Amino acid sequence: MNNAVEFRNITKIFYKVVANKDISMQVHAGEILSLLGENGSGKTTLMNMLSGIYYPDGGEIYVNGKKADIRSPGDAYALGIGMVHQHFKLIDVFTAVENIALVMDRSSRFNLKQVYEKAREICSRYDFQIDLNQKVYRMSVSQKQTLEIIKVLFQGASILILDEPTAVLTPQETEKLFKVLRIMRDEGKTVIIITHKLHEVMEISDRVAILRKGIYVGSVRTAETNESMLTEMMVGEKVSLNIDRPLTDEKHLRLSVRDLNVVNPEGIPVLQDLCFDVFSGEILGVAGISGNGQKELLETIAGLVKPRTGSSIIYYPDDDRDSTAQELIGKDPKTIRDMGIHLSFVPEDRLGMGLVGNMGMIDNMMLKSYTRGTGPIADRKAPKRLAVQIRDRLHVVTPSVTAPVRTLSGGNVQKVLVGREIAAAPSVLMTAYAVRGLDINTSYTIYHLLNEQKQRGVAIIYVGEDLDVLLELCDRILVLCGGKFNGVVRAERTTKEELGLLMTKMADDSKEGGKKA
Amino acid sequence: MKNSHSGREPIARIVKRGEPSFRLKVVVRACAVLLALLLDAGFIYFVTGLNPVDVYVTMFNGTFGTLMRFQWALRDFASLLLIGVALAPAFKMRFWNTGAEGQVLMGGLASAFVMIRFGGIVPSGLLFTMMLLMSVAAGALWGVIPAFFKAHFSTNETLFTLMMNYVAIQIVASCVTVWRGQASGLGKLNTKTKAGWFPQIWGQRSTINVILVVVFVFAMFLYLRYSKHGYEISVVGESQNTARYAGIHVGKVIIRTMILSGALCGLTGFLIVAGRDQTISVNTAGGDGFTAIIVAWLAKFNTFYMALISFLLIFLNKGAGEIASAYNLNSYAADIIEGIILFCILGSEFFIRYRLVFGGTKGKEALR
Repeated sequence: MNNAVEFRNITKIFYKVVANKDISMQVHAGEILSLLGENGSGKTTLMNMLSGIYYPDGGEIYVNGKKADIRSPGDAYALGIGMVHQHFKLIDVFTAVENIALVMDRSSRFNLKQVYEKAREICSRYDFQIDLNQKVYRMSVSQKQTLEIIKVLFQGASILILDEPTAVLTPQETEKLFKVLRIMRDEGKTVIIITHKLHEVMEISDRVAILRKGIYVGSVRTAETNESMLTEMMVGEKVSLNIDRPLTDEKHLRLSVRDLNVVNPEGIPVLQDLCFDVFSGEILGVAGISGNGQKELLETIAGLVKPRTGSSIIYYPDDDRDSTAQELIGKDPKTIRDMGIHLSFVPEDRLGMGLVGNMGMIDNMMLKSYTRGTGPIADRKAPKRLAVQIRDRLHVVTPSVTAPVRTLSGGNVQKVLVGREIAAAPSVLMTAYAVRGLDINTSYTIYHLLNEQKQRGVAIIYVGEDLDVLLELCDRILVLCGGKFNGVVRAERTTKEELGLLMTKMADDSKEGGKKA
Repeated sequence: MKNSHSGREPIARIVKRGEPSFRLKVVVRACAVLLALLLDAGFIYFVTGLNPVDVYVTMFNGTFGTLMRFQWALRDFASLLLIGVALAPAFKMRFWNTGAEGQVLMGGLASAFVMIRFGGIVPSGLLFTMMLLMSVAAGALWGVIPAFFKAHFSTNETLFTLMMNYVAIQIVASCVTVWRGQASGLGKLNTKTKAGWFPQIWGQRSTINVILVVVFVFAMFLYLRYSKHGYEISVVGESQNTARYAGIHVGKVIIRTMILSGALCGLTGFLIVAGRDQTISVNTAGGDGFTAIIVAWLAKFNTFYMALISFLLIFLNKGAGEIASAYNLNSYAADIIEGIILFCILGSEFFIRYRLVFGGTKGKEALR
């Protein structure tokens, strides 16, 4: 069989971290290869060397049988290699065509019309639904991704690399993407897809290559493997893939959200007339395409975003008695804390909101407690004890509790953040994409911690993107569509397809409200 | 095959170091100073025809030649460093206060005003207190205006504070014109009564400035590192989102910190007027407000490093002046000598953070 790409003894080192160690593997021409591995296993690094972003510290790359010296993305294009990065490389204020024109051959004359014609041809061949004259900032995530793929095809790439392409897509959009990838394969193109979602690996790929901690573990034909075998190769040990959903007896009303309306700084409504309840001892999942108001919902409850007048969020401390109920709207995080309400919040942007990247664990523990005590001096003793306790209990791997948390791996960063939020003995715990980018073991640690809190009687709001996890972990799932309430379903009694549909289509009208970014 | 590919490999690559050790930092910087002295020696010998060793001795004498020179160096060191210390909290908060020059001028102007209006009328203790309070208030006012607009309207503080300098310069120029009346210059104020002049200690009026700046270097260090305010400043500087998440009122912290920063600049104005110039002019701050930005940046907002860097800058400056006058050199030549030294020392920071790897990219070598 012909090899489209062959890596021979590729090594890449960042300072002391060996990202890729002595990797030798082949990608066959005309196949869809899944490159599977946990976060930090070196998948993206390896592909970045193929696409000219990095230069290997050792080893050789052969493309179509010939030794290749790829020193820039330009070199990669010339070899017919194109990559769709996880973070899109598009210019927001340009239209789709203008973005495509950017990758034009420098020697040819600039002719936007020609670019347009050629791009339209590609669109019709692969059945891409996209307005080529639309500006990028008006596009949905899935449209942006389509544009990136068109860009790569426009260059005439015969080897396509996609870095976690489905992370931002709904099940329906994923299905569409896979269809396109299959067409490409049938045309003889080679597709490499980086992912860590096992069911997608099983669905789309012909072969799976697995990396673990920078080392090439091996490859298997997809038809001859299964999910648990792949997990074992990826993690290096057997992992149970079931998520618990323990039952709790006592449930009473904890938060009651009524007529919640939020407008973003640009004046566009992001949440409209939202009404729902959260009970203690349950995990309420929030599903929706990313950017459909999830962030604003949690930040409003946390007191960071001011909703419009008429909105109401009532907090019930003990049971659902009205006498002790308190309105949370109009209060900032500190006021809420001073009222004795323990609202814990694990935001999506861990290092940009939940933690301070340049500070160590101790100083990060202080974020919630530094005002304690009288006098001008901030207490560091109690935070230090807490930091040590969290490090030991959650097995946070860090050189010391004073090492800047941004130097820790994603999983350890999340353990620090979740650890701190749980240590505050919350009565409401909100998490946004709590396991995004975490490896399997850490993800299960987080699920376990959440279940523990649920059994303690905490009301948990879990904003998630992996529908399988939402269905297994949560008790009820609230679906947002275009910032509007589109139903609450019991997790046991629904399916992924139903959720996907609720996320993209409003229940009572057929307009595609969810497509708005 | 072998030859063809080795020919296309990069000649050298830049590799980031981890946390550099203390020894490495000392060695790299020592090498930088040596290299600077060598380069300068070449320049001095080939361009000016002088003996480099003699020039270096003269340069050294610029600061250490006599007790008085040393005291004058210390005096200038004190004002530069105090402005650096004033900038520390603002910069730590990532509020780029480029308006220290104006804040110092406004402080100095307030002091001068009190000296002219109340000198010889109120007792000296009260006069100093009034000068101090007025200066601090004036500096704080000049600092808080941009902070207010930043906190409420998200204006760009770099431009805003920079523009405030020119407003301050014009105000000072106008006041000086009014106060000097028919005279050609304002001259020293209260020359007869010496009201508002610091007393001489060890022969210098500026001794008080030096003592005070030492106090502030320690106080600011402790404030930033251990106080609740210092913690808030760090968090706001690192991420305003995180600050809001933690319940910190970002606008309040910005305004409070800029009041502090401006007040300390105002205080510097007071010390310069009372302890050094005994008068006011548009050159009272003398560009120190801008030089202090470099000081604060190089020291990464650590007040003790600021002291070292301020001293180095003053030493070079005095040395260059001394060379220029002793050898009757063009002042540009002295500036070149000063520039080469600064260039080498600043350039060495690159080698503290990165190292160069030459030659091949064989796995073995890379793994080492």
